[in-house]
Amino acid sequence: MGWLVRAARSTATGLVAPLIAILISVIATSLVISISGSDSGIGDFWRVMLSAPKDQTMVNIVNLAGELYIAAVAAAIGFRMGLFNIGVEGQYGLAAYVGAVFAGGMFLPGPLNIIVAILLAVLTGAAWAGIAAVLKVYRGVSEVITTLMLNAIGPIIVTHFLNRYGQQTGYEIQTKPIGRSSWIAGWAPFGQDNGQIWTLGLIAVLVGAGFWLLLNRTRLGFDLRATGASATAAAASGVGAKKMVVVAMLLSGGVAGLVWIPEFFGGAHTYSSATFTSNLGFTGLAVALLGRNRAGGMAFGALLFSWLTCQSDALQIQTDIAPQIVEITQGITVLAVVVAYELVQRYRAGAEQRAVAAVLPEAVSA
Amino acid sequence: MVTSETALAPLVELRDIGKRFPGVVANHDVNVTIRPGTVHALVGENGAGKSTLMKILYGVQRPDDGTVLVDGTEHAFKSPSDAIAVGIGMVFQHFMLADNLTVLENCVLGAERIHGIAGKARAAFVDLGQRFGFDLDPDALVEDLGVAARQRLEIVKVLYRGAQVIILDEPTAVLVPQEVDQLFTNLRDLRASGHSLLFISHKLDEVLAIADDITVMRRGTTVGEAKPGSVTKRQLAELMVGSELPSPETAESTVQTRMMLSLAGVSLVVGERSVLDGIDLTIHKGEVLGIAGVEGNGQTELVEVIMGMTKPTSGAIVLGDVDVTAMSTRGRREAGIGYIPEDRQRHGLLLDAPLWENRILGHQTQPPNARGPWIDRRGARRDTERIVEQYDVRTPSIDTNARALSGGNQQKLIVGREMSGDPVLLMASHPTRGVDVGAQAAIWDHIRDARKAGLAVLLISADLDELIGLSDTIEVILRGRLVGTFDPTTVTPAELGTAMTGGHD
Repeated sequence: MGWLVRAARSTATGLVAPLIAILISVIATSLVISISGSDSGIGDFWRVMLSAPKDQTMVNIVNLAGELYIAAVAAAIGFRMGLFNIGVEGQYGLAAYVGAVFAGGMFLPGPLNIIVAILLAVLTGAAWAGIAAVLKVYRGVSEVITTLMLNAIGPIIVTHFLNRYGQQTGYEIQTKPIGRSSWIAGWAPFGQDNGQIWTLGLIAVLVGAGFWLLLNRTRLGFDLRATGASATAAAASGVGAKKMVVVAMLLSGGVAGLVWIPEFFGGAHTYSSATFTSNLGFTGLAVALLGRNRAGGMAFGALLFSWLTCQSDALQIQTDIAPQIVEITQGITVLAVVVAYELVQRYRAGAEQRAVAAVLPEAVSA
Repeated sequence: MVTSETALAPLVELRDIGKRFPGVVANHDVNVTIRPGTVHALVGENGAGKSTLMKILYGVQRPDDGTVLVDGTEHAFKSPSDAIAVGIGMVFQHFMLADNLTVLENCVLGAERIHGIAGKARAAFVDLGQRFGFDLDPDALVEDLGVAARQRLEIVKVLYRGAQVIILDEPTAVLVPQEVDQLFTNLRDLRASGHSLLFISHKLDEVLAIADDITVMRRGTTVGEAKPGSVTKRQLAELMVGSELPSPETAESTVQTRMMLSLAGVSLVVGERSVLDGIDLTIHKGEVLGIAGVEGNGQTELVEVIMGMTKPTSGAIVLGDVDVTAMSTRGRREAGIGYIPEDRQRHGLLLDAPLWENRILGHQTQPPNARGPWIDRRGARRDTERIVEQYDVRTPSIDTNARALSGGNQQKLIVGREMSGDPVLLMASHPTRGVDVGAQAAIWDHIRDARKAGLAVLLISADLDELIGLSDTIEVILRGRLVGTFDPTTVTPAELGTAMTGGHD
């Protein structure tokens, strides 16, 4: 019973910060709209954003949320140990290309082709992140700098190889599309006209469950969290700092490699600048922050950001507000949530101490 | 403003100062009077409450009780700028300088309002340097400066801001002897020009060499005042350490013949300083080896080297029959080393994690906390309940975060944890620091019982009574070297105090 009350209470206080942040971003977005001089007003904006999504939009929200969630988990693996892998963007971009090239070659029969392509994507993401890990461990270079740099380098490599070996189709250069046998049919809850929810979106669920299990139930996860909570205490407890950096970076990059996989096998079937969805890595960082790097919190964050993005498409049809306005909403949410979490955290620490003192004065006095 | 030569610093009085943090009384009934134009030394062991007191005087923290009087006027500093406004400045132990700026730029940084940032500022800086003999090139880059020059710059910074009363937090800790002499020359010049200096230290030689007045702190309060002419180092040391505590006497010897830990020629060089210098020591099963020494003489590094957190520059460490010199910290812990760290909040706890997770810390790979690659939550929780029970940790639940508990209760949890799983060697750094008398006695009992069962213990403590009462052998450490071995059954605190400070009074 006790743990149930505790869990309920911690969930309730856990929700306070994001709710405050969302409230602030709602106010700020409204302000921006009201001073931006569009004919449509604040009411129009929120009417569109809060209207029930159309069937197709619903499918898009789920699909995008899955991708964002994987990206967020990738970032969170590092964040939880105080390691800032800002390079999810570059890692999944490179991984997507490598996976697409291999899968397009159709070297292996049936499902094996898919499985190996996914594995290759994971390894590519891990390797790209691994460069930053090695530089940090052996040269002391901040992973923030290196992963950002690698974000810039990744797409250049992809473009080079795509131009050199890709197929020209119309204005686009693409990788060789995968054969029918490697397509993975999705689920079309509203009929085929309204799009499919990608089957491999389930990867997001697996990644989330794995992330939770890793952090809360395994020794490695404990070491990871301990390092994030207190690097000095972790070192004294026997956690090897260097090894942890490498392991966390490889895991983070590996998960990042999965970000675009559901879309590739579910809909794109080829990699080109038209089919590839970029920026998921950066938005994923924001989702991780919003969800406080917790498996559940990030699911909420991914759905929220996905909702905002997908619903905003209707803005240009129904109003004269630019859909990019939701990026302001998202940005302010993240900014506000970071501050709000800090405040809530301090309040909770103080509140717990007072509560303990009230129940058992000698716990805090001796 | 640059002070004129004749201006005398104000009289600073701290009356009945008290400061409480959750669960800790950091200061109580502290009384210090700093006479104008004097060097006033504040001495006491780490944790005696010196830093809290100076933070109160410098406006970093506000006292819960008592008053700060400057020239008879009561002041309630809200921030350091309030303290600076009445002429109180502080030189921190850890320098606060921007490496990539010049000396002059660092001095002016944050004080641009006084003389601007150009010619006038330079003139004021040069003038200060000349008057007090601070040999500093205003255009040198701070990254090219040595430690002593950086410290001089910190002092000039404080003077530049018009300080008449300067707090120096362990200024000699980072200096070599010649640099200390140079610093003292500077300080004497400052005193001669009417400045007051609050000199915080636990190095008694230096205190006696420079101070006009001495105030001794212990356990959060001022316990005595002295004049350098009429007090010996030994008397000061006794005042600092105190001897009113319950005696931790150990009955008959339980030392066995089997060697548990041995260090051979262990040295550690940091930068150019030799922090540990050819340490040889042996601890047998059932033996408590006490290390006595004034803090900062290599104790911390000795523990870190044995724990594998720092690699020694040379020498070998053998645990039982195994050479562990190259082994990781985790490997050593798995081999049975328990560790009660000196700084429990930094090295012993995850403050924002519940007690049962803190039970796992340091023993992540061992039962009852782990099964294969998995954390055994149930096992860890059950064992935490046991520790809470056996070690009398006062807590509402094992789900309470460590931060919410008092230092004493945190320490009891750590002791319980490190005694679990049958360690063969316990590294105990100040195991009863900041712990109330009841808990102290309980911790001593636990150490004694474990010793009887064959545990080898390395005990580091600033409390000489604790060392004498618990140890089978006492080694004295001074400037990174073991300088004497004593039998605790015959040695007196006074004799130890003499050895700790280098053999003279």
